[in-house]
Amino acid sequence: MSKIQRFTAPARFDQLQHIAALAVEAAKQVGFDATQQSRIELAIDEACSNIIEHAYAGEAGQIYIEVETEPNHYLRIVLSDTGRIFAPDQIPIYVPCTPATDVASLKVGGLGLHLMRQTMDDVCFEFNVPGHRGVFNRLTMIKRL
Amino acid sequence: MELSVKPLKQVDVVSVTGRVDSSNSGEFETALKGLLARGRHKLVLDFEQLDYISSSGLRTMVTALKGARNSGGDVVIVKANDKIRDTLSLVGFQSLFVQYDNLLDAVDAF
Repeated sequence: MSKIQRFTAPARFDQLQHIAALAVEAAKQVGFDATQQSRIELAIDEACSNIIEHAYAGEAGQIYIEVETEPNHYLRIVLSDTGRIFAPDQIPIYVPCTPATDVASLKVGGLGLHLMRQTMDDVCFEFNVPGHRGVFNRLTMIKRL
Repeated sequence: MELSVKPLKQVDVVSVTGRVDSSNSGEFETALKGLLARGRHKLVLDFEQLDYISSSGLRTMVTALKGARNSGGDVVIVKANDKIRDTLSLVGFQSLFVQYDNLLDAVDAF
């Protein structure tokens, strides 16, 4: 049986650690090990950082957080905001470094999105989703045990 | 996050304590840029007390590495814990930054 919890946090960088702690606690409830917990922490941190920096671009706003846990099965995190939309396919694709990487020409655009996609099983963006309080952008991330 | 910079032999050891995320990566960037601007381009990042680093901190590390190597120096890492090593591996940074388990080995590598 899954459990859903909902939170709201101001879209400010000083909230990142608090939001990440919620995700880590939820990850523990599902049964993820320490490595997976820290990866989930990264994913939600990167996602919220993007909402703060790009969706709200420094303006005041809220991040609506829904966390669904089913022990021994999955964690689903949904982040909603009322900020600017963006085109995920316009974000540069980060190419992980290898021993052959030329540091001088290394580009680090898209690093945050790369981390989200590396650490979570599903990362899904939706924009202009009608809600009972307006129109939202919604990011759903799922990690299965 | 707390930062300290200490010269040791021919390098500067930058010790980072706590978390580096979007809320404070600017301080990390300022510290590294300041060192490079003063011609200090042999840097050891002491991550023994670093609990967490996100993409903003990782980008700062790359900027510092580029600047250091451009001046004939380098940036290396010492005592990263398993969590930090995992984060670095997710982006391939184990191929960019040499990692050491011992501070003196890191310093003597320069």
